[in-house]
Amino acid sequence: MSAVSDPSTWVAQHGDALFRYALMKMRDESQAEDMVQETFLAALKAREKFSGNSSEKTWLIGILKHKIIDHFRKHKREQSSDDIESLTEQLDRQFDHTGHWSIPMRGWQEPEQAHEDKEFWKVFAACIAHLPDHLADLFILREVKGLSSEEICKLLEISTTNNMWVMLSRARMRLRGCLDARWFNRESDQQNREKR
Amino acid sequence: MLSCKQIGELLSQGLDRKLSLGERIKLKFHLIICKTCSCYDKQLQFVARSARSLMQPNKKGEGIPPLSDEASTRISDTIKQQLDKEERK
Repeated sequence: MSAVSDPSTWVAQHGDALFRYALMKMRDESQAEDMVQETFLAALKAREKFSGNSSEKTWLIGILKHKIIDHFRKHKREQSSDDIESLTEQLDRQFDHTGHWSIPMRGWQEPEQAHEDKEFWKVFAACIAHLPDHLADLFILREVKGLSSEEICKLLEISTTNNMWVMLSRARMRLRGCLDARWFNRESDQQNREKR
Repeated sequence: MLSCKQIGELLSQGLDRKLSLGERIKLKFHLIICKTCSCYDKQLQFVARSARSLMQPNKKGEGIPPLSDEASTRISDTIKQQLDKEERK
């Protein structure tokens, strides 16, 4: 049995990775921080059982995932993400009955500049956190971690790659809309522009 | 002729698999005449590009910011207290 590293070094070693993952699943920063703390405390208690089959980081992320699931089970009412049916409806409303866009597609001014803004990344994480749970997991595995289609279908028990493509397309469409509404074409900015 | 909805689907799939020649030709023609889809295309690419930096912040500081110093200290202290408690047992 292999031993874990000194727990007093955990925050420095793994804190950021756990926090980044948690922020893509939780409602806000303070909740994400709480999840990280709970994960470390649970890991402390269970550290004798660490088998060493996986890396320490993978083991900790596994605990974090369980903590997040527990959290939403306990606080059902505050579930922040949309459910999949209402999301599909919302996305379908972006098209008319002939399949043409029924929403205006507003351009994004110099989007790469957003990458330099810390707040942009928090908004992006929040947009992912608002996706239906299954879609958020799918998007993270595919786009953030870059896993292959086959690996993802197996992990998430998706029956066909075709299903996966449809789901990914919905996730991306939703995220595009979320970034548009919460960052690139925010109402407050629009109003400011109008005032000027 | 594919609708914008179908084009949107195809644009997304283009990020996951190699599209066939026929599909690529249909896409190209549609994007030339449809400004809305060509705008959607650019934004979709941006979402995918950004996602890759989310968990792995690069030198430019792109990606989800790390735990704040304040939270790091708080969590470290909590772990330390727990370890001290264990020792006293």
